Amino acid sequence: MIKAILIFNNHGKPRLSKFYEHYSEDTEQQIIRETFHLVSKRDENVCNFLEGGMLIGGSDNKLIYRHYATLYFVFCVDSSESELGILDLIQVFVETLDKCFENVCELDLIFHVDKVHNILAEMVMGGMVLETNMNEIITQVDAQNKMEKSEVRIFDHENSQSPSYI
Amino acid sequence: MSDVVEKTLTALPSLLSLDSQPGSGKLSSTSKLGNLIRGITELTSKHEEEKLIQRELSSIKEQVASPNTSMRQMKELMVRAIYCEMLGYEASFSYIHAIKLAQQGTVLEKRVGYLAVSLFLNESHELLLLLVNTVLKDLQSTNLIEVCMALTVVSQMFPKDMIPAILPLVEEKLTHPKEIIRRKAVLALYKFYLIAPNQVQHIHNKFRKALCDKDPGVMTASLHIYLQMIKENPEGYKDLTASFVTILKQVVGGKLPMDFNYHSVPAPWLQIQLLRILSLLGKDDQSTSEMMYEVLDESLRRAEMNHNITYAILYECVKSIYTIHPKAELLEKAAKCIGNFVLSPKINLKYLGLKALTYVVQQDANLALQHQLTIIECLDHSDLVIKRETLELLFRITNAQNVTVIVEKMLEFLRLSKDDYTTIDLVGKVAELWFIETMNTVFSLGGDMMQPDIPNSFLRLLSEGFDSTEEDRQLRLFAVDSYVSLLQGEPGRLPQRFLQVISWVLGEYSHLREGLEPATTLRLLAKLLDMKHTSSETKSWVLLAMSKLCEGPDCVSLAQELSERHGGSLDTVLRQRVQELRHLSEDAELRASVLPRDAAQEPLEVDSSLSFLDGFVSEALSAGAAPYKPPHQRQEELAQAKALSLEPYGLSLPISMSSCSLADRQSPTLLSMSSGLSGNSTDLSHKGGSTTLKLDGVKRVWGKDGYLAQKEPVEESAQVEVPSPLCSPSRQGGADSTHSQTPTPTPTPEPEKEKQQLASSLFVGLGSQSSVCLMGKSEQTPQRFRRKAKGQGSSSGASEQISNSHYSTQSTVDNLLCNNLLDSTVTSDLAVSTPEQTPQLSQEVATTNGTCDAEQDLIEETDPGNSPSLIRANSTVTADPPAHKDPDRPKDSCLSSHLPAELAGLSHSEIIPLCSSQNLDLSACHVQKEDALLLVIFIENSSDSDIEQIGGGEKPQCVGVPVFPDGEEASGSRGAGWDGVLPAAFWGISSHAVLLQTSINQFHQVHCFLPSDLLLSMALLTQSMLVSCFCLTSLLFLCLGRPLCVSTEEYGTLWLAFSQDTKQNLALLNDGQDPLTATLDVLKNKLQLHVVDIIGAEGIVACRLLQGQPCLMHCRVHAGSLAVWLRSPVPDLPDCLLYHCQRALQEH
Repeated sequence: MIKAILIFNNHGKPRLSKFYEHYSEDTEQQIIRETFHLVSKRDENVCNFLEGGMLIGGSDNKLIYRHYATLYFVFCVDSSESELGILDLIQVFVETLDKCFENVCELDLIFHVDKVHNILAEMVMGGMVLETNMNEIITQVDAQNKMEKSEVRIFDHENSQSPSYI
Repeated sequence: MSDVVEKTLTALPSLLSLDSQPGSGKLSSTSKLGNLIRGITELTSKHEEEKLIQRELSSIKEQVASPNTSMRQMKELMVRAIYCEMLGYEASFSYIHAIKLAQQGTVLEKRVGYLAVSLFLNESHELLLLLVNTVLKDLQSTNLIEVCMALTVVSQMFPKDMIPAILPLVEEKLTHPKEIIRRKAVLALYKFYLIAPNQVQHIHNKFRKALCDKDPGVMTASLHIYLQMIKENPEGYKDLTASFVTILKQVVGGKLPMDFNYHSVPAPWLQIQLLRILSLLGKDDQSTSEMMYEVLDESLRRAEMNHNITYAILYECVKSIYTIHPKAELLEKAAKCIGNFVLSPKINLKYLGLKALTYVVQQDANLALQHQLTIIECLDHSDLVIKRETLELLFRITNAQNVTVIVEKMLEFLRLSKDDYTTIDLVGKVAELWFIETMNTVFSLGGDMMQPDIPNSFLRLLSEGFDSTEEDRQLRLFAVDSYVSLLQGEPGRLPQRFLQVISWVLGEYSHLREGLEPATTLRLLAKLLDMKHTSSETKSWVLLAMSKLCEGPDCVSLAQELSERHGGSLDTVLRQRVQELRHLSEDAELRASVLPRDAAQEPLEVDSSLSFLDGFVSEALSAGAAPYKPPHQRQEELAQAKALSLEPYGLSLPISMSSCSLADRQSPTLLSMSSGLSGNSTDLSHKGGSTTLKLDGVKRVWGKDGYLAQKEPVEESAQVEVPSPLCSPSRQGGADSTHSQTPTPTPTPEPEKEKQQLASSLFVGLGSQSSVCLMGKSEQTPQRFRRKAKGQGSSSGASEQISNSHYSTQSTVDNLLCNNLLDSTVTSDLAVSTPEQTPQLSQEVATTNGTCDAEQDLIEETDPGNSPSLIRANSTVTADPPAHKDPDRPKDSCLSSHLPAELAGLSHSEIIPLCSSQNLDLSACHVQKEDALLLVIFIENSSDSDIEQIGGGEKPQCVGVPVFPDGEEASGSRGAGWDGVLPAAFWGISSHAVLLQTSINQFHQVHCFLPSDLLLSMALLTQSMLVSCFCLTSLLFLCLGRPLCVSTEEYGTLWLAFSQDTKQNLALLNDGQDPLTATLDVLKNKLQLHVVDIIGAEGIVACRLLQGQPCLMHCRVHAGSLAVWLRSPVPDLPDCLLYHCQRALQEH
């Protein structure tokens, strides 16, 4: 089972955190910090697996991560997940994000945290891998976005009268 | 892909500062969030960020509370709140609004509401109850998206108690026409199964239906459930094996729609899942396993493409193949596969390869041998994760022979690693490997025959601990863990002393183990009390431990029950303990003050004069009691009638102390030891000095037939198969006690150090061929040798360099050696010494030298220019050329004529060829001098031409190396390093690395004039000799044993001074009139023993090593055999002597 999915940037700023097991607020922050600490000091040419953080449940668990430009994608999983399988799942996730956001960048993750969460929810449900097929995920997300788009159009329309801050 | 991300991400800073970037258009919709984020990005300190977020939060708070806020604005506010929460700032005020949003919003807003809820809340949060109704409503909605959202939030978290409320609705969804709904419903049910298995019991049938769903996605989802259920109960689902196999076959065969392909691999994740299920089903079940062989083979075959995900499948395949009932053909393929992993340049695959190796190595150690080179490379890998994994692998293949090297590696890693987790993990492993395990073996094997101070020093070590408290805790925890599991096993078979140790440790430290109820421990301990073999001393220990543990109502009742059962015991000590236990269990305060936790290390003041009893004594005396009589006086009175005491040289100290010692917190052996110095059972003390009791003690010392017979298997192996891992711990135990017995009276609490003797390299003792007998050892030497050459690489860089650059030489030497050693061991004859002896000698060389300059840098040593020629002065060059290379014996006689004059008259061993290169032959023998042992090496130029410094070309040279010098006579020529006295622990206790290093060094010193390839050969030779030498230490005795002339009185004193006991029955010769005398005569002649005295059916014999360490033997004719009891300060000496006694008697 997947225990947590974390995305943070090269400076350790969290961009997305999803825990499938309950931890206290403080622990979650600590896990993010510790994970960043562990992952960030690793070279590019070492393996993508890290065993046993102290916080997230000990020896049975491992961190599987990928580093894309400024972002780290970290999955914390227990022994019932296949290491290489998860590694490719991360790839699927990122590719899906890329499709959905048309050239995804860190900013997309910042400003569309909710969308990223929704995409993730189509892949991983309650810590279990639900779907690994990118097209299928995109179909689901699109179906939901259709409504959103119609609403956003109205929203944008309303919004266009107020000054833009960015 | 990552390029794309990179490209866009590099634009990030500019995006944030400039408004007019093209990408910023899509950000405008959440402008307030944008503001917030921009604000945060501009901040420089954590403090400022905090201030900003607090401001933001209060603004959100204000807005959410306002009645005018629309749902849409609410949605936007929620996203901002999510952002703040993600940064670690609590926004608890918004939780209720998130639920409201999920309840009341439109689909889009609902989605954000649900998302916020699932991010903010947890299963046990009280607000979650408010969500139940919303979920119910949404589950019934006709809008698919709403149903999906409800199912998602349910699978993320749902209050356990409320499951029944929505269960029927979720169940219903299993038949929903849309497959995505069915799929999510299955996962939601899986979640229910995880948190409340009973509540979904009735729908197991529906799971089966899901498994047969026409949509592969639904089927995949159902596999999560099956994996879990099969993990819990594999027996219950064997009938599904065929289905899983069929599914996998179809998947592998590409029967699924193309949609399921990932990088043209059909549904890889599904395959992985199925393979895991199959391995669970096929574990330990031949018939089930047979069903899956074919499909596994197919999977292996199909997964050939060079993509990550195929490796994932392969890895699972391999794991399955090794988990299920083995099939040779598949195993072979899987092994090949593992090879591919391990050898892969891709680091992730290497990691998995190591993991796979770790997994399979227990079944098939040879696999590790095949990849040892890679493993050793990995050990020095720059990636710590790989390193750790390698250590894990080594941890699994640890055996008695390579434990030192492995632990060394672990410690090395430990020094590098800063990571807490790794440290704790490794420290635990080291402690486990090293200490507790070793001691467990020591205790179980050594058993009751052991010196009482061994358990004592063990406990002391455990209680005093090391420098770091964390390490201490780990160690104790391990001890507790391992003892609890031992007790849960078959405690009846453990020796009494071990049980005592266990009781004490559990009493002291079982509170360290979280989740271990004191009552559980108590029950385990109580079980010991009921066993009939448990001695009353042990029972006292157990009860004391129980008194320490008694906590809580459970324990009180248990204590009461015990006090009823044992309160009437005949043994007063036991009765007292039971009473104590009962009182202490009832009064927690009293217990805390009497037996404070963790007080074991606090020094305890013992009033040895018992002055506090003075009043009592004088009172008793005045009341007419008899004055106290010291025990030896009593003993004398008792022993008057007997001709020769059955307890031959026993010294009886006050023994009445042992029982009272139990009352304090110190480990009881500390005191009981002082009482039982002579090896007497302390049981004796519990019950006054009646005759029956005395016999009790004697029985333990000497043993009746049955008793010794029980012990025999272990002892036997200890003699014949010297390096067997089985016997080594017992010898270690012995070694330990010797330490504490030698002049310095402080007990040395590091028995494990001496284990190093057996460690020769990481892979020693692996594989099916690793037999432990003497013959077996030598027969496998060739392989061992090759292994070592590689294995050594890691421990000494220099030697690796050498062996790499001169591979050809190595192999020739290799071959020569194996032939040599093979021949010789088959005809292993004691009288004519064979190559075996050379190894010993070289070991001696090494060890001796190791004492003086082991710490010198190896590189420096191997440089011939630098190495001081210590021995050269001592070398003697001799005369005439021998004939050409004649094998063995003719050459022997030729060469022996070249012995230096002063050695010519002395007995020397057979001269054996060591190695030869094109031009040079090396041979060696040893010469037994009265006071020393010399290793003579012959160097012979067999070619016609000159070789560098070896002049004349045809003259063999010989070099005498004093390997066991004695006294002052030789010291002058010995040079600086020889201090003339070998350490007491000489008997082969030195780590392999040191041996190798110093032996190479030694050869350099001797042969600094030799060509380098020869030097190399010699280095390699030494290596291989070392391999076989530790199985031959016993032979050493023949070269080094000398009679020890002492009088009977001196003998008695000496006897008491040593405690290292070895007992054995030997065959008695029947040819003479007096079998005892005849037998001893034979031994005397053959082994250079000194027969001190023969009294009736008993005889005492003494001998010593060249250097002076004595060994005493007490023999008694008993039931047609000779019961011998040996004592010596040198742990191995008795074993060794016994072995030769046996051989000598056999040969006679």
